[in-house]
Amino acid sequence: MSTNNVMENVKLTAKDFATNQDVRWCPGCGDYSILAQVQRVSPDLGIPKEKFVWVSGIGCSSRFPYYMNTYGFHSIHGRAPAIATGVKLANPDLSVWVAAGDGDLLSIGGNHFIHACRRNIDMKVILFNNRIYGLTKGQYSPTSEKGKKTKSSPYGSIDFPFLPVNMAVASGATFVARSLDRDPKHLQAMMFRAAAHHGLAFIEVYQNCNIFNDGAYEPLTDKETKADNVVVLEHGKPLIYGKNNEKGIRMDGMNPVVVDLSKGEYSVNDLWIHDEFDENPGRSFVLAHFSDLKDFPTPIGVFRQIQKSTYDGDLFAQLDEVTKLKGKGDLAKLFRSGNTWEVA
Amino acid sequence: MAKDFEVQVLEDVTIRFAGDSGDGMQLTGSQFSNTTALFGNDLSTLPDYPAEIRAPAGTLYGVSGFQLHFSSLEISTPGDSPDVLVAMNPAALKVNLKDIKPGATIVVNENAFDPKNLKLAHYESNPLEDNSLAGFNVIMVPLSKQTAAALEGLQLSMKDIERTKNFFALGLMYWLFDRPLEPTLAWIEQKFKKKQIYLEANQKALTAGYYYGENTEIFMTRYHVKPAKLEKGSYRSISGNEAVALGFVAASYKAGIPLFLGSYPITPASEILQELSNFKNFGVKTFQAEDEIAGIASAIGASFAGNLAVTTTSGPGLALKSEAIGLAVMTELPLVIVDVQRGGPSTGLPTKTEQSDLLQAMYGRNGESPVPILAASTPSDCFDMAFEACRIAVKYMTPVFLLSEGYLANGSEPWKIPDVDSLPEIPVNYWKDKETYNIYARDENLSRPWAIPGTPGLEHRIGGLEKAHIYGTVSYVPENHEFMVRMRDAKVKKIQDEIPDLVVAGDQDADLLIAAWGGTYGSVTEAVGNLRKKGHKVAQVHFKYIHPFPKNTKEVLTKFKQILVPERNLGQLSKLLKSAFLVDVIEFNKIQGSPFKSSEIENKIISLIGGENVN
Ligand SMILES: Cc1ncc(C[n+]2csc(CCOP(=O)(O)OP(=O)(O)O)c2C)c(N)n1
Ligand code: SF4
Ligand SMILES: [Mg+2]
Repeated sequence: MSTNNVMENVKLTAKDFATNQDVRWCPGCGDYSILAQVQRVSPDLGIPKEKFVWVSGIGCSSRFPYYMNTYGFHSIHGRAPAIATGVKLANPDLSVWVAAGDGDLLSIGGNHFIHACRRNIDMKVILFNNRIYGLTKGQYSPTSEKGKKTKSSPYGSIDFPFLPVNMAVASGATFVARSLDRDPKHLQAMMFRAAAHHGLAFIEVYQNCNIFNDGAYEPLTDKETKADNVVVLEHGKPLIYGKNNEKGIRMDGMNPVVVDLSKGEYSVNDLWIHDEFDENPGRSFVLAHFSDLKDFPTPIGVFRQIQKSTYDGDLFAQLDEVTKLKGKGDLAKLFRSGNTWEVA
Repeated sequence: MAKDFEVQVLEDVTIRFAGDSGDGMQLTGSQFSNTTALFGNDLSTLPDYPAEIRAPAGTLYGVSGFQLHFSSLEISTPGDSPDVLVAMNPAALKVNLKDIKPGATIVVNENAFDPKNLKLAHYESNPLEDNSLAGFNVIMVPLSKQTAAALEGLQLSMKDIERTKNFFALGLMYWLFDRPLEPTLAWIEQKFKKKQIYLEANQKALTAGYYYGENTEIFMTRYHVKPAKLEKGSYRSISGNEAVALGFVAASYKAGIPLFLGSYPITPASEILQELSNFKNFGVKTFQAEDEIAGIASAIGASFAGNLAVTTTSGPGLALKSEAIGLAVMTELPLVIVDVQRGGPSTGLPTKTEQSDLLQAMYGRNGESPVPILAASTPSDCFDMAFEACRIAVKYMTPVFLLSEGYLANGSEPWKIPDVDSLPEIPVNYWKDKETYNIYARDENLSRPWAIPGTPGLEHRIGGLEKAHIYGTVSYVPENHEFMVRMRDAKVKKIQDEIPDLVVAGDQDADLLIAAWGGTYGSVTEAVGNLRKKGHKVAQVHFKYIHPFPKNTKEVLTKFKQILVPERNLGQLSKLLKSAFLVDVIEFNKIQGSPFKSSEIENKIISLIGGENVN
């Protein structure tokens, strides 16, 4: 029997990670799928349930922790990475996850996000990117396309959008991936990979907001069009896509070029072979940039995974090192440091 | 060949070292303080430095000063006006002349009074020659030349020699006030271990300064200030910021849980972060965050996960933390927020002291957001109040403010080193029992259980949305919201049950009560002491707990005919007292980036009760 009080070696299921709270997202919201995939993979990550901590800011997506039967903290707008940092530094045994919207993580919380990446804190950051402010009912966000008409941009937004993957890579995140709410298998696979990564793992999830930005990712998720619009990144494999795998990406110097494999001019052997572990971030930028280029497919999958020491690891190593060097702190001695004198 | 000098015994002396910000005046002053503390005097210091790190040499705005008051009696202020001014250049003389006592001794570096420096200080003629200093005891010392002579033979640049002259001046003052050289010699030895040439140069300059006094006849009298009769015990000298850091380490030790500091550097609070970053072998974690918001947010996260969490800042940083403080109020997590106040608003006077953030701490948040407020009264009291803030935070599961200010943070005084065992316990019992666990259940203190991530079976969610009483799930029920607003308020009020009552010092039957808070303690205490010695009747209370106020506050305030509230703001405590107790108070406000002089308070009191003004 699996109840909330799970005994050891009783296998948990997705249900054990669900709470008794009614999920309050709009019917059809992409957040449901993300929640479902997270609940599905959680029992299989090899992490005891009590060690999960989900931290969020404010937004539709930030309600996420209320629906996960783990420790959770629904905090204030944008600050989730900073709060999560404190949780991890207080107790590095915990598996710390951040759920954040595009406004939350990249606008008000942009500073915390880039610094969490820079420090390579061992935590997982899931971006629910619906390219809109959902909770405040439909203003453009820092990932909305230029020209987008929203409630606060009736004549079209004049802001250029961020590419979240590039922000993460440039800021030093050591695991960077992208997935889709409508591709449960792929999303689950990314969650597994992120969970297994030691360091800051960032997954950008394209999430449909069917109320304020419906269809934003339709070309990438629609059965008819997705094969022509999505290229799945796999380590060691060529960048190949299309209904019949007839298209590929080739590098011409630093420039990517879409090539047609059906014409005989190019073969699979000419294509860009994806290397997740490339220390040089250059190719990740080129890949992420595809979405800005006309007639290029959008990559999903792991853009980059490298190994680097984590801030939390280094912090505790330094505590140990100094303790070894100086001996365990003695409060009475500390009080008396410097010059002291006696009054009789 | 020691000559016979007259030795005059003094009760207390105020000395101020002043020079360019590059002249090492802060170092000189703190060395004099340490030696004086070791010698056994009671003392109090007031560093005063410009916001510019190295303002152009010789300018008026680049003058840095360090004032020190030492005595054979107990004292509580850094002194109103110096008896001795050491001025390293014309600018230092000009800036400080207005503050010193009539007839004070002025020791000047005569070599620095050249046309260039005189011009920079806007002197039309040389004050050393134009008789404008008549009425002072001016001692001209060729400090630069003498230092250079003392260092002859060492391979030093002119610049390095110039930088050593502060030790010459210090040596001379050691001679004048009959202090030993050894503590500073030992300090130099330690500091310049790896730079033999500076070690030698600084020690030589110090010693040369001392013997310059001994061998010339520039001073005919030496002064002796006997050790003070402080309470029995071991002492060290401590600044407010050091004391806050130690208070936190002590609280972490007594609570048996690691200390976590999330902070972003800001004057005058940065030293707390710096100090705590040394204490890694005490398990202290310091996180220098990307901004103040991340500083407090990380601390809130650490508190959720079971650490003793603190965040330190000054006024502008506190403004950034407001929203997150509200989150700590809502989630009822223990957290200490230190605000080392400085002149405001905005960037204001970053290096100057003020006590103008009280209402920010009290009200500076959205919604009904009660947070206990404690205020330290002296540098060494910063230790007790930091410890106490942690104790209250943990016991009541609440954020707690500790207000300090620039003058306490940088000022120092003797600290009676406490016995570790005699410090109060801070019991921490993380909740473990899943059968009886409810997120917002309350104990007799109205405090909710601290259940930390990692505990099997207690998985739960908290956050900034209103929570249902007891169960802690999100609740929009109107009655529940009002109930919880009142509950959070009641919890903070409940702290009143255990905080100490106000103690009326001075004359219980006086007509006038002086009510002050925070760093104004010293000046008021000295003023009241002086007036009572002269036979005036005055009473004094001091608020270290401002929210909630001590239980007997109303009773005390209504006992006196008149209440005078001196504050370095536009009447912030006055407003709180008036609104809470419907009492009339007389405000006395000074907002000049410096503490009250005790004479200012004395004269204000005299104006109310009659008598003769002091200068
Ligand atoms: C300090 C603060 N500013 C503004 C808001 C209002 N607000 C709430 S959520 C949000 C943006 C939500 O968009 P996003 O982060 O993309 O999340 P989504 O709702 O789309 O999941 C805003 C502006 C707030 N709650 N707090
Ligand atoms: S507004 Fe959009 S993002 Fe928010 S719950 Fe509804 S569908 Fe989802
Ligand atoms: Mg959004």
